[in-house]
Amino acid sequence: MSLLELEDVRASYGHADVLHGISLTLPDNGATGLLGANGAGKTTTLRAISGMVRTTGRVLFEGRDISGLGPDRTAALGIAHVPEGRGTLGQLTVRENLLVGAYRRKDKAAVSADLDYCLDLFPNLAERIRSHAAALSGGEQQMLAVGRAFMAKPRVMLLDEASLGLAPSTARRVYDAVVRLRQEAQVAMVVVEQNANLAFSVVDDATVLETGRVALHGTSSELLGMDAVRRAYLGG
Amino acid sequence: MSYFVQVVVDGLSNGAIYAALALAIVLVFRATGLVNFAQGGMAVAATFVAYALVRAGVPVLAALLAAVVAGFALGALLERGVMRHFERGEPDTAIVATIALLLLLTGGSAFFFGYEPHPFPSLFPNRTFEVLGVFVSLRSVGTIVVLLAVMAGLQLLFRSTKLGLAMRAVADNPESSALSALPVSRLLMVGWGLAAALGAIAGVLVAPQLFISPGMLDFVLVYALAAAILGGLDSPVGAVVAAAFIGVAESLAGAYVDIVGDDLKIAVPFLAVMVILVLRPQGLFGKKTTVRV
Repeated sequence: MSLLELEDVRASYGHADVLHGISLTLPDNGATGLLGANGAGKTTTLRAISGMVRTTGRVLFEGRDISGLGPDRTAALGIAHVPEGRGTLGQLTVRENLLVGAYRRKDKAAVSADLDYCLDLFPNLAERIRSHAAALSGGEQQMLAVGRAFMAKPRVMLLDEASLGLAPSTARRVYDAVVRLRQEAQVAMVVVEQNANLAFSVVDDATVLETGRVALHGTSSELLGMDAVRRAYLGG
Repeated sequence: MSYFVQVVVDGLSNGAIYAALALAIVLVFRATGLVNFAQGGMAVAATFVAYALVRAGVPVLAALLAAVVAGFALGALLERGVMRHFERGEPDTAIVATIALLLLLTGGSAFFFGYEPHPFPSLFPNRTFEVLGVFVSLRSVGTIVVLLAVMAGLQLLFRSTKLGLAMRAVADNPESSALSALPVSRLLMVGWGLAAALGAIAGVLVAPQLFISPGMLDFVLVYALAAAILGGLDSPVGAVVAAAFIGVAESLAGAYVDIVGDDLKIAVPFLAVMVILVLRPQGLFGKKTTVRV
């Protein structure tokens, strides 16, 4: 059984239709990418999964139809959405942000072990554990957003443009941690990323979206082998 | 010397009244990110519940507890029925909605109980005692003790409990908090409920001194807002210290500065608040916020 499945998902903001029937499948422990130009519907697809936008069609998580559930309900089921713009809680400290991530968990000992793991994953955060999130650099905020999502102990993480606005070396560090989370914590991933090289360091396959429709789907090596894809999305 | 101390003590007991409402304002601000102008109206409505019970022969303490429960229900109901429609929009719109609520609650209280002030029995014995030539009323002491306990409780709630952390997260960014599975609507409802319950305590504490009427807290709200802002808006300790400062400054100015006297004394603490806020915009106890762009 696949972990996450989208069947003909459509979404609109007001009268503007943004998704015109997206279907995709994510296996257990899998990692898939969403590629495409600006406005292709990548972010909206993630928002459709976590229930932040009204949709038609079906979103199945562990075989159960979750379309229509709000973001807090889908999060409680094990979907951790790291939104575009990071969504860190600026007036809370780094530690408090991470604990907010673990809000639903009752296993105190495991939460504290995961907190240690998180700080091992992102040593920068360990140094700034008492700082307010608003005072962190962009890279640190992105790390905090990923760390907070991990603290929920999710089955799947939805990662939206985690490299946006970061220096290349910082973006690399964020993605190294994401790769570790996939391998060590068995978190499945749906990765939206402009930088395809970063995306392909995590994902096994990817879907290319064009104006709200699936244009192409393939494994990393298939997509990387297509000249048209390279020119359009991977910068030649 | 004893006159000076007397003036300070009188100022402190007024400050305690301002502090009671200021704490409720701080609570809503931390729980919802809004300054709630309806705070005074909610407190008065809950206090009227206590008033009706006292008139029916219920002891004051029991009436207070009932008012706290009624206040919680009222606050939660107003959040669910009214404020929820504004929470996803502009904060400015929501603040204007709280002003509308204030008018509605004041009018509602007047509809049932009229505009004229009624006497209200005190929780504490109506006695004064003398310490070193200074007269202190038992009521003021009781009010201050209850306030300090409430202040400590709030500080504990926000600093050391999971509920407090969740409420602060929701106030900071509701959309992002939902992504961590926080039940945002329910937390906002609890925040409003707690603030109104706290308002009920404030109302019952000050009603014996002010007499209960729909507009009982209108002028107190002005002082309380000043105290909350001066204290930094998100700090319970700050609100209480600032309220005490405002009460004492007002009292001293009225007593010692001839051209100020009783009529102008209200201006003095507000001048002081303005000067302090120019020098320290985040308030006395507020956290300075840094935002990277």
